[in-house]
Amino acid sequence: MSSTTQAGGAGRIQRILHKPITAALIAIALGFAVAAALLAAAGYDPGASFAALFDGVLSKPKYISNTVIKAAPIILTGISVAFAFKTGLFNIGAEGQYIAGTVCAVLVGVKLDLPMPLQIPVVVLAGVAGGAAVGAITGALKARFGIHEVITAIMLNWTMLYVNNFVANSAAYHRPSSTASLPVNPSSFTTILPEWKVSDAGLEALRQVPWLYDFLVKTDVNIAFAVAVLVAAGIWFVLYRSKLGYELRAVGFSRDAAEFAGMPVGRNTLIAMTIAGAVSGLAGALMVTGIEPHSISTLAGFENYGFNGFSVALIAGSSPIGCIFAGLLFGGLLYGGQSVQMAVGAPTDIINIMIGTIVFFVALARVVPLLADRLERRRAQKRGAQHA
Amino acid sequence: MEPDASFAVQMCGIVKEFGAFRALDRVDLAVKRGSIHAVLGENGAGKSTLMNVLYGLYQADEGAIFLNGERVEINSPTDAIAHGIGMVHQHFMLVDNFTVTQNIILGDEACGAAGVLDMRRARESVTRIIDEYGLEVDPDAKIEEISVGQQQRVEILKALYRGADILILDEPTAVLTPQEIERLIKIMRDLAAAGKTIIIITHKLKEIKASSDACTIIRRGAQVGTVSVADVDEGELAERMVGHHVNLVVEKTPAEPGEVVLSIRDLVVRDERGIDAVRGLTLSVRAGEIVGLAGIDGNGQRELVEAITCLTRAASGTVSVKGAEIQNTSVRNVHAHKVATIHEDRQRRGLVLPFSVAENAVLERYREPEFGRRGVLDRDRMRSFADELIRAYDVRPADCADRPASALSGGNQQKVIIAREVSGDPDVLIAVQPTRGLDVGAIEYVHRALVAERDRGTAILLISLELDEVMSVSDTIAVIYNGRITGTFKQGEVDENRLGLLMAGGEA
Amino acid sequence: MLNNLLLLIGITLMYSTPLVFGALGGVISERSGVVNIGIEGMMTIGALAGAAVSFLTGNAWLGFFAAGAAGAAFSVLHAVAAVTFKADQNVSGIALNLLGPGIALFVARLIWNGGTQSPSIETLPKILGRGALAGTPWANLNVDVTVPIGMAAALVVWFVLYRTKWGLRVRAVGEHPAAADTLGINVSRTRFICVVLSGMFAGFGGASITLAIISQFTQTAVAGQGFIALAAVIFGKWTPHGSYGACLLFGAAQALVIILGGGVVPIPSELLACLPYLMTLVILVLFVGRSVAPAADGVPYEKGAR
Repeated sequence: MSSTTQAGGAGRIQRILHKPITAALIAIALGFAVAAALLAAAGYDPGASFAALFDGVLSKPKYISNTVIKAAPIILTGISVAFAFKTGLFNIGAEGQYIAGTVCAVLVGVKLDLPMPLQIPVVVLAGVAGGAAVGAITGALKARFGIHEVITAIMLNWTMLYVNNFVANSAAYHRPSSTASLPVNPSSFTTILPEWKVSDAGLEALRQVPWLYDFLVKTDVNIAFAVAVLVAAGIWFVLYRSKLGYELRAVGFSRDAAEFAGMPVGRNTLIAMTIAGAVSGLAGALMVTGIEPHSISTLAGFENYGFNGFSVALIAGSSPIGCIFAGLLFGGLLYGGQSVQMAVGAPTDIINIMIGTIVFFVALARVVPLLADRLERRRAQKRGAQHA
Repeated sequence: MEPDASFAVQMCGIVKEFGAFRALDRVDLAVKRGSIHAVLGENGAGKSTLMNVLYGLYQADEGAIFLNGERVEINSPTDAIAHGIGMVHQHFMLVDNFTVTQNIILGDEACGAAGVLDMRRARESVTRIIDEYGLEVDPDAKIEEISVGQQQRVEILKALYRGADILILDEPTAVLTPQEIERLIKIMRDLAAAGKTIIIITHKLKEIKASSDACTIIRRGAQVGTVSVADVDEGELAERMVGHHVNLVVEKTPAEPGEVVLSIRDLVVRDERGIDAVRGLTLSVRAGEIVGLAGIDGNGQRELVEAITCLTRAASGTVSVKGAEIQNTSVRNVHAHKVATIHEDRQRRGLVLPFSVAENAVLERYREPEFGRRGVLDRDRMRSFADELIRAYDVRPADCADRPASALSGGNQQKVIIAREVSGDPDVLIAVQPTRGLDVGAIEYVHRALVAERDRGTAILLISLELDEVMSVSDTIAVIYNGRITGTFKQGEVDENRLGLLMAGGEA
Repeated sequence: MLNNLLLLIGITLMYSTPLVFGALGGVISERSGVVNIGIEGMMTIGALAGAAVSFLTGNAWLGFFAAGAAGAAFSVLHAVAAVTFKADQNVSGIALNLLGPGIALFVARLIWNGGTQSPSIETLPKILGRGALAGTPWANLNVDVTVPIGMAAALVVWFVLYRTKWGLRVRAVGEHPAAADTLGINVSRTRFICVVLSGMFAGFGGASITLAIISQFTQTAVAGQGFIALAAVIFGKWTPHGSYGACLLFGAAQALVIILGGGVVPIPSELLACLPYLMTLVILVLFVGRSVAPAADGVPYEKGAR
């Protein structure tokens, strides 16, 4: 009797350890642990640091709002990377695709001034197209010439960085006495109620509801998070319910089998990279249209929206839906991390170390189910030995 | 078993478990010094596991090993090599882009000061062993440039270079021609005469009769017995290996061929390096007929199949199905002409292993409206379709439609592929090595399925490296050598020797 | 003319050297079968360690060796994950790229009182001594001592890989680990050592930026050069000599950007800056194409799984 319950209990642990989310949670916990140890070693109080971190994310509606705003673009770049993973591609180029999205949105949004219902889709689609184009180049070079997508992506990331700087400093787009471009026309703004919330009537109405005031007026609340959730659902549907996704996954899992079944492998590579690029480009376009200063600036280095997307996708185990949660976690860490420095003086770099640690343990955590199996086997053997 | 110095190897009560699976259950093996000893068993019976224990790749959970009457611990290949044991693996352990000499010396290199390789000395010692045992092979050739038979000799040389006295050969004849097999058996006999002890793992009965002195039979991880080969016939060996009576002959009625369905004319196909691999090949297959293509690996079979299925371009010549030319079109056009293919290497080419059985069942047909309209998959229909195939072909377990294909056994994976390919009522079925790696029961099943499909009127092209399979299943046997058909025979009108000569490029 | 030519050569050698070290690290690791995306992170650790030790001791050579040691120590993380635990090598490499800059900046702030930028530090010497040939065009060839060290390192790696038994074994492990295993070669140990060596080389690469080119540690000291080095590994078809050539080419493109950026041609400097990256792509398309990685690159070795 007791042995069956024991076996049942072990079985449950087994199942829990096999769930992908367990691995992610273990990795996150270890990320906090390592950060705590490092903070303590450097003479900062880990407890106070983490309290500052959580306060910085959750203590005010404004903070929550900012976390979500911060999360939206990396959820999207995360989905972009996750989608590529599922089709067997390594989209390290999300960074460049994101930049292409911001640049193209600025190129169109500054010069064009249509009524809002037209302007927003046009500007956002321009960004999507920019990202898609960069993704498509990567896919085409791989499909046509067999050039590894990682090389192309690295080269295009840098190229896009300089193209960004070129546009920001060009005569037609440069905003005088700044390092940035002109902002896109207000008709492009994807901020929620951008004009009403700063009008007298709007301010008056919002003052009645302090938390909403905090939420709307003090931050750039925009549609990006909602769009990201929709895109996650859409990408999930494409991958698991559509014929295109079936093909793309088949190519991702087994190029040979897909080819032998008559699937056009090269074309699929191109399609997959184009879609991945479009999603990253969307992130860039929403960033420009949704957040002050609605422009691009001269970049000295990468802003890591694409690279953070990589971490998001890894923690999410390449699940598009998982990217929403992993992206929120990252948004929280990146945004709340700023409070850590203010509160306890610990360098914000601790957040990057934490993120790195989490990703590192994600790599290791994949091994957890295997270890669990081995443990279970040993236990079963021991039981067998006792019975004998 | 008592330790006895007249035995080169004694393995006593060997137990090896992988998780809950007991791969070896108290197996005993005793091999006389200077003899050739066969270990016989089906695929998966545990014979390779037993040898991997002897070679130190696996550690036994229980049991003891004695060499020449002395108890030894073998915990790694290094230990095994130190005890004079060498192993030739079924899948050769050769680095493709290394030379023969580099492969032989790897791990036991001739070195000057500070680990600098002394390739001249290495080459000298390799040449010496080549001469001593008459194992012809060019010491400077790269592995990717030499034939399979030569690669096998390199494997044997690797063991001899390390001073092996006990040589384990794992399924050594799987890829050789009858003549090469004869040559290998002679090499084995020479080595035994020189005092080496040879253990050969195989499931081929004929070769045991031809080569071995004694034979230990293993069935499902347990030892069934050891016999003196001279005292038993092939039927008895087969029965003891499988556990019940085995029909060694494929049962079928004489073929009633109809019109020519698949017709290949003057086909030329180049390989990846741009060299002609198929050189003006002409062959036709009629409805209701199985044409078996006999040949040694690398004589253009792969390029032929890839050209027929439009995975590669034909440089010239035609492939037609019912009069319509299909060469140099597309894989999907080939499907549209009702040509089905059972590709070699089912795990890589036939199935997407992480996909469920249901997803694999529609791998070539998911675009049809039956499986969903407007680009959305009809998952219910996919499932019910898979269930139909699973039932019709007795794929086990019966509830596997939602499980990944990787969870099925090799035989059941092959059943899924055959079911899928045949489900479209093809006019032509191309079967490449359809029984590779399957156990006897599954092989019988595949052969019966091919004959049933023939009887339905399908034109079948069977391409196999197993000459026995070609001879027993085909109605017509064609020999491919160097990219051409060098002979065509009715079943029963040709013997193995003649085929073997043709396969090796001789005149018959 | 001569001046420009010598300038071109000098800058080419200068810019290619950190890449050479990074690429050699990549070659060693990947030839043994472990994909190493983490070169960037390892270089950042080396860049910091070199600058920090040079700053604290006033001895640039100590800094250089400390950078190698720090890179090697840091790469143990990748070795443990990728080799010991057989984790996903790409994920682990990316983790190192996140951890490397994180740790480097964290430590930098501790050393330089909250700033991520060091003051000017003691640097490694030039090959002919500082100030030699000053005022003549030939001064451009008085390059940093890291340049010949990088060349020598490439030669040594080439010699070890192709002319010694260790090299033979490393290549065998990267191509066919099971074959090596059956001959008694310890696959895991070989790979572990190669990953740690790659960390050492990447560390030298980082230090050759901070201790020679920019004379200080800054947040953007490495700024993607680890990724360029990775591209050079693939570009150079996983050989030390090929990668060295790829690094030179990249350095030359950078040099062209600098020389042409001096107002010689009427192209905006931002677009000119794209040149090395676009040139690499064009050369890949025109001349290189498909490159074949070591057969077992990126595949964790499981005993008995064949």
